[in-house]
Amino acid sequence: MINVIWAEMRKLRRPTLLLSTMAIVTLLTTLFTFLTFWRVGDPNGNGRRGEMVTAQFLSTPKGIIYGFNLVAFLLGIVALCIFASQTAQEYTYGTLRNLLVRQPARMKILAGKYLSMVLFAMLMVLLSLISSVIVAYLLAPHAHVTTTSWTTSAGLTALASSLGNVLLSVISFGTVGMILGLLFRSPISAIATGVIWFLILENILAGLVTSTAKWLPGQNITNLTTTQNFTFTYQHSLTMVAIYLISSATIVSLLFKRRDVAN
Amino acid sequence: MANSSHLAISVTDLTKIYGERTALSHATFSVPLGTVCGFVGPNGSGKTTTIRMLLGLITPSAGTGTVLGEEITHPEKYLPRVGAMIEGPAFYPALSGRENLRVLASLGGFDQSIVDPLLERVGLGDRGGSKFKTYSLGMKQRLGIAAALLPNPHLLVLDEPTNGLDPNGIHEVRSLIKDLALGGTSVFVSSHLLSELEMIAEHLVMLREGKVIYNGRTADLLAAQQPILVAKPEYHVDITKLLDIVKKHDHSVSIIDGAAHILSPAEWAPTLNRLAFEAGITLASLTSVLPTLEETFFEMTGDSQ
Repeated sequence: MINVIWAEMRKLRRPTLLLSTMAIVTLLTTLFTFLTFWRVGDPNGNGRRGEMVTAQFLSTPKGIIYGFNLVAFLLGIVALCIFASQTAQEYTYGTLRNLLVRQPARMKILAGKYLSMVLFAMLMVLLSLISSVIVAYLLAPHAHVTTTSWTTSAGLTALASSLGNVLLSVISFGTVGMILGLLFRSPISAIATGVIWFLILENILAGLVTSTAKWLPGQNITNLTTTQNFTFTYQHSLTMVAIYLISSATIVSLLFKRRDVAN
Repeated sequence: MANSSHLAISVTDLTKIYGERTALSHATFSVPLGTVCGFVGPNGSGKTTTIRMLLGLITPSAGTGTVLGEEITHPEKYLPRVGAMIEGPAFYPALSGRENLRVLASLGGFDQSIVDPLLERVGLGDRGGSKFKTYSLGMKQRLGIAAALLPNPHLLVLDEPTNGLDPNGIHEVRSLIKDLALGGTSVFVSSHLLSELEMIAEHLVMLREGKVIYNGRTADLLAAQQPILVAKPEYHVDITKLLDIVKKHDHSVSIIDGAAHILSPAEWAPTLNRLAFEAGITLASLTSVLPTLEETFFEMTGDSQ
């Protein structure tokens, strides 16, 4: 298994992928956190979906993680794209046959690939958190936000909890990407399906029939980062996400294990 | 199944069916250890399907097989000793040749220090740092061969290894295969260039429409074919008289490009020359030729060249 992880890390660490992904993540996080603090208290909105975030709120222990939580969904979409492309490209390049000749235990290939991408996602999320915290501290004086509560135990707890939840959310989106990659065996199809579903179709569906939101995978994954006022609980979302991911991952894993590699 | 201890590959009734299409039908053949075995067949005859089944990439619909003495249902037992290049080289375009080999070396648990010598061995020493997507077809093919050599294989499976190579490259691959065989490596090589296999393969497996039509020594196949006397009269009008003489002596004959192709041993050439002279026919040429493997193959498969 460790051999598979090393092999996958060699692919993930190539500069064009690693540096561009980390640059995008830093840019997005910096932008979101910057706008939140720069336009603090703006009646036109400086938070999610036009909501106004005040300096008073940002001065609470949860203030330090507001910008980071805002960008969580986009981090998830980035992870979905990476997991999907890294998985499906093995089919389009025809490299899967090389991998399976060198490591015929297919589940080891799958698990090693997944774990290496999880490590990549962890690095991405950690970098995003650090960027957000730095920008928050830099802009706090401008926004008249007091930062003393950020370093209290409540602040640190909020930080750790947010890191865990965003990580969970990002890995969940990534897992969906990998599932789609295995299913479609084409990076473009897998990414397009995932992005269109999560960015457009789910939102239309949840907007038109609000009762469906509770059962939609994207809505539940997003609820893990608790930045929106969902009508269902964190526990419900955690359970739903687990059910969705475990069941679909099991199905595609079996497909991967049994399917002929004929391309 | 026969005792497979002296065999690199042995399959019995190996079959693969996709829906209503039979890609391989009851293939039974064996490849002795330490030999170079050519795997010949027209496009779509089932060569790559067979190779994929031998490497555990696709599951047979029926039949059994062993590779290096292990059942093909457990590829993990023999693949660490097998090197393979299947259906052309497939690598990550954005990685360099060297990094692509390192990915596979990491995966197989091989020492990374073997990568550079392998690049040198296949003539890519100075281009190992270039991205795979910048390689020519010949260079890609060489990298594929280098990847196949990573495990220092007991069995090397090469699918069309000379595709895209220039004559010099083809010569190098041929030499490489011969060297490996001399070192005890069994080589199973498929090619549509039959002349290539004739020069390097001691053993031959021929496929047509998913069925094995020959499995044995290349020399035996060639010996099975009678030599041909090619006689061309100086004047074309004499060709009919020449045919009559040949038929009168119970030899089979056909006319190709104005020459009589006579199934006959070379020893009959002086007799034919004398008979033709007595009949007033001057022969412009009289030669004895052995059929090439290609001619033998097309005769067996019934394909026109």
